[in-house]
This record gives sequence, structure tokens and C-alpha cells, in this order.
Amino acid sequence: MLAGNPFFNPYNNSYTSLQTVTVGSGGASSITFSSIPSTYTHLQLRYFSRGTYATSSPTAVAYRFNSDTGSNYAIHYLYGDGSATTAGAFTSVTVGYAGNMSDAFNSSNVFGAGVMDILDYANTNKYKTTRSIDGYDANGSGQALMHSGLWQSTSAITSITLIAGAGNFDQYSSFALYGVN
Amino acid sequence: MASASTYVPIANQVLTSATASVTFSSIPSTYTDLVLVSSAGYSTGGGNGTINLQFNGDTGTNYSFTYIQGNGSAASSGRGSSTTIGVAAQADGSNLGFFAANTCQIMNYSNTTTYKTAITRANADTVATQAWVSLWRSTSAITSLTLTGAYSMAIGSTFTLYGILAA
Repeated sequence: MLAGNPFFNPYNNSYTSLQTVTVGSGGASSITFSSIPSTYTHLQLRYFSRGTYATSSPTAVAYRFNSDTGSNYAIHYLYGDGSATTAGAFTSVTVGYAGNMSDAFNSSNVFGAGVMDILDYANTNKYKTTRSIDGYDANGSGQALMHSGLWQSTSAITSITLIAGAGNFDQYSSFALYGVN
Repeated sequence: MASASTYVPIANQVLTSATASVTFSSIPSTYTDLVLVSSAGYSTGGGNGTINLQFNGDTGTNYSFTYIQGNGSAASSGRGSSTTIGVAAQADGSNLGFFAANTCQIMNYSNTTTYKTAITRANADTVATQAWVSLWRSTSAITSLTLTGAYSMAIGSTFTLYGILAA
């Protein structure tokens, strides 16, 4: 976008809202987007969420594709906690990570946020890779993070289940899935 | 299926003179998230630094942030607590004509129940690549945002605000 160029919308006609879930008063341990059509090029998950776990923070926002509970996921992450940076990885695990979120260990009303891209999700010739930017700040604590994930399957992704790493997703948490062309 | 109104440009500002602040006002509450995309530089003679964010004209110490960055030789992380600003972008002031590329996601901005969280990816090639998360401790719906910095923002800096609708 250069100075003087007219209004530019890179997503015009190419970004479609598929489904949004907002967690009600009872909380939710998991959320599933099902019957995802294969007609898009990529998917984007956007979340604004908080967990009910109160013992420590943060809580992971984990995912599974197509209800696959096997050890077919891998994760890399990089984060800063306000003083130190940490990088790490998990291999052959049973979930991927979309990111981390605030939880009941922190002040009420503090929610985490994340945006995860799932690239070429309907391709049946390659494993699937995700990338996320996510984090939360709780005025004196928090994390800024980046995650990448691998699902070792050539199946097209037709469903996504999001799972709170501990406890439940708290009320007012929201998750929105988009198709991108 | 595809909707032209799902990812909507709300307003665009292209700086034609060095400018101390940029404001987007009268933001409608009809979207779920806001996305601020910027190509930002500081004017000649200025230095590098963040472009800061305030909502609804709130200049109180109601913001905080955490970041991680890599500057070409080391990774580091930092934090600001009870600050008067969040962070929306990085601006490149090291060389005239260099602009940082930034995307700031302001999530669930119009809800009146929770505090507001924004996550930013900032990339200034002469400075660092960064990720920021900012908190505004207010349950008010965001209706305006103001961008300021340590220096005047350079001619050619662009700021585009998008709204994203949910199903």
C-alpha cells in the first residue's frame, strides 16, 4: 500500500465467516467447528478467550483436527513473559496449540487473544501446518507468543475441536472461523 | 458464499505531511474485531520507536503490554504495567524511506463486559521483528483510537482500519 494509492482491501470477496461460538454462562471444555467445507484455500481462527483454571497461568488453547486423538501433532513455540524469552517444541503429541489464553489465575475481565492460520487445509497430498500469534496481558504478567503446528495427516480438515488445556473456556470467550480465498 | 462485507475497510489515512497523531473516530460497533494495518515511519531526524495506542481518548494509566522481539542479534522481552498507552505498531526512523510493516488485531472491541486485548505483529527491518500484546482495562466499547509516537510520523505512512464481521 503506497502513499497516494486508493483505498485497498486485500480481502474483498475473499474472506468468509463460517461459524462463531460464544461461550455461555456454564463455560465449555471444548468447542467444535464441524462440516467445514473444502471450498476455501485457507482457514483463519480468531479467538478471544479466558479459562477457568485458577492454579496457574496461562492456559493453552489446544486443537484437534477431524477428531484425531493420535500422537500426530507437533508444536514449536516462542514467547516472551516480560523479562525472558523461551523457545520450545513438542513432538508426537495428541493436540496442537492455537495459543495461550488468560485464565482465572488473573484478574477477572482479562482475556487472551489469538489468530491462527491453517494453510491449504483441504489439500490431500500434504501434512497441515498452522501458525499463530497470540497472548494475553494482565497488567503485570502475561505472555506474547508465536506458535507453529503440524498435523501429520494428508486428510482434508473437515472439523476443528478446540480444547481448554485445563479447566474450561470461560463465559464470554468467543471463537470465530473464517474461510480465506 | 463469499461476502464482500466480512472484512471491511472502515477508514484509511495516508500522511501527506509529518503528523504527530492519527485518530480514527466514530468507529461503528457492528463488527466483531478491528484490524489496523500500518506502514509507518518516523520523520527525518527522528528515531525508531513504537506507535502507541489509546482508546476513546483515555489518557489514564489503564493500559499495559508485554512484548517479545528479535533485533538481529538477540531475543528479548519486556513489559509495561499501568501505562498510559498500548502499542499498535513500530515506526522506522533510521532511514528516510524505510517503513515498518505492522498489523494490530483488536479483538471483541465493542463488547461492554470485558477488558480489551490487542495483539500486534510489528516488523521494522532496521529495528526488530516483534510481537506485542496490549491490554486496555476498560469495559467500554471502543469507539475511537488514537495513534501517537515519540516523533512525528513520516510522510507516506499509511494506516488502514478494517472491521471483521462474525457469523
